[in-house]
Amino acid sequence: MVERRPLLTFLTHAVLLVGVVIVAFPVYLTFVASTHTAQDIVQAPMPIVPGDQFLHNYAAALTGSEKGAGSGAPVGRMMWVSLVSALVISIGKIAISLLSAFAIVYFRFPFRMFFFWAIFITLMLPVEVRIFPTYKVISDLHMLNSYAGLTVPLIASATATFLFRQFFLTVPDELVEAARVDGAGPMRFFKDVLVPLSATSIAALFVIQFIYGWNQYLWPLLVTTEESMYPVVIGIKRMIAGGDAQNAWNLVMATAILAMLPPALVVVLMQKWFVKGLVDTEK
Amino acid sequence: MGAISLRNIVKRYGIGPKANQVIHGVDAEIGDGEFVVIVGPSGCGKSTLLRMVAGLEEITSGEITIAGKVVNDKEPSERDIAMVFQNYALYPHMTVFDNMAYGLRIAKVPVAEIRTRVDQAAKILELGAFLARKPRELSGGQRQRVAMGRAIVRKPAVFLFDEPLSNLDAKLRAQTRLEIQKLHGELRTTSLFVTHDQVEAMTLAERMIVMNAGRIEQIGTPDEVYHRPATTFVAAFIGSPPMNLVRGRASGAGFQAGGQLLPLAAPTPRDGELVVGVRPEHVELVDQLSAATWPLRVQALEMLGAERLVYGTLGETLFTVRLDATAPHPKIGDVVGLRAAPEHLHWFDAATSARVTARPLATTAAP
Repeated sequence: MVERRPLLTFLTHAVLLVGVVIVAFPVYLTFVASTHTAQDIVQAPMPIVPGDQFLHNYAAALTGSEKGAGSGAPVGRMMWVSLVSALVISIGKIAISLLSAFAIVYFRFPFRMFFFWAIFITLMLPVEVRIFPTYKVISDLHMLNSYAGLTVPLIASATATFLFRQFFLTVPDELVEAARVDGAGPMRFFKDVLVPLSATSIAALFVIQFIYGWNQYLWPLLVTTEESMYPVVIGIKRMIAGGDAQNAWNLVMATAILAMLPPALVVVLMQKWFVKGLVDTEK
Repeated sequence: MGAISLRNIVKRYGIGPKANQVIHGVDAEIGDGEFVVIVGPSGCGKSTLLRMVAGLEEITSGEITIAGKVVNDKEPSERDIAMVFQNYALYPHMTVFDNMAYGLRIAKVPVAEIRTRVDQAAKILELGAFLARKPRELSGGQRQRVAMGRAIVRKPAVFLFDEPLSNLDAKLRAQTRLEIQKLHGELRTTSLFVTHDQVEAMTLAERMIVMNAGRIEQIGTPDEVYHRPATTFVAAFIGSPPMNLVRGRASGAGFQAGGQLLPLAAPTPRDGELVVGVRPEHVELVDQLSAATWPLRVQALEMLGAERLVYGTLGETLFTVRLDATAPHPKIGDVVGLRAAPEHLHWFDAATSARVTARPLATTAAP
């Protein structure tokens, strides 16, 4: 829609700017707070330009060398736990979904439709719904306080399987036949043709699943009881003691910024792939 | 090198009484180095037959041998064939080079050998400049050539073509047809080519197999198929405009078609219910109606540049005549006389639709 009305142009830009401010200002404030001392932040009015404690606060948060009223566990370790969990969850989900979609679309085996529907129905059962039975299973398997406990229950994914199934159905049959004539066995076809063709879907799923894994809160809260296995999202909460306690708000804010960075980075880096996926229609 | 032989091939989908049989016992022998075209209307089973030769469809019963070996239970890659698909089926994420090299890499051909074979094929097909490109950066004709290149590099015993030209525009199709002909002249590889286009079939084939409804109607050279169609189906399918077919009853006096008695210069091969066929280009128009001509009521005229088509009715049957554009032509509504030489009349049995050759000798020379 091309309209040349100055007033309209002004109005649309104003709306956009207000939107940006509403979204970005809290993030900016968080950053500002993370660069002051704890005393400065609690002054009224709160400072709105960055202070000079940036390096000190972030170093303190990462190593856990300074402690407020809440937990003072090192954030560096928590970031590592979060990173490993998010990566295992996203890569695990993609690997399992690719293979199960491959099986459902390209192989004729007994109860094929039954398995498809079984997978499909689990869409209705996210972790939150089955959280107690899942906890019981994980605890009986002695997987509490471990990476396996943090990730395995979150890996099974109907959504991703369904997405890949729909994509595989659009791959022309002739491609499969050409590969058969070329002598490619099923796994060779999967590796050489199907996975490269799914690259853009895989990238999109990776972004979504990484953020999903990184932002997990309820499940890690249940299966971890040791400080060394807390992901950063729980870490933030534990740094804040209740009531009127003297919280190290500068460190809390620094941790919040740190926790925000990896997902943001993943989105920024993978954005190119999204655009590529939208522009290329190679099939 | 590979001869192909098909013995009583049957294809059925499903099992039990609901099974849908699409190929009803096909027999054919294709010689080593021969270029054979399977032609037929859509749904006649020609693609299914080709896919059974390729190993992409299971054979319900019968036996297919390639180069003397029964291949019924072999994977496509073990049959020493290469196939060119209608939509080319190039791997979209691979370069032209990789597309052609993929099969060889799987077959563990040494890298240097792959290089030379692909370069050779690229040279034959004039693809040298495009080896680093992806299929989506190529035109339809170039993609088609890559698909052929992928087949050539494998040096198979048999090439299988599944309507490879139908996605090209008319000009490119004619050009590619010539290229395929040239290619076959150089490589002399046994080729089986499926098409629904009779022009492709006539121009490419050394021998053609005309199929209809899962059965072979005729196997023969384009000449034979054109000049001696074995059934009314072949007569009507090959040739454009198609052969005129008039159904009637033959007796000593002539040929009674509907209400019209058609005089004949030579006796019919036999008496009884017959169909007479005559090609539009084998009919002469004469102005005067006489006892020796067939009366045609002209209903429409079509000017096609080099020729003119006259449509009319002969009794109740629609009838087409082809004239040179420069020849004098009748007007709509005229009744003109037609004359056809006896050697240009094709006779078919009305019940079986099979060609009737000559008056059975038994009637004249009984022992």
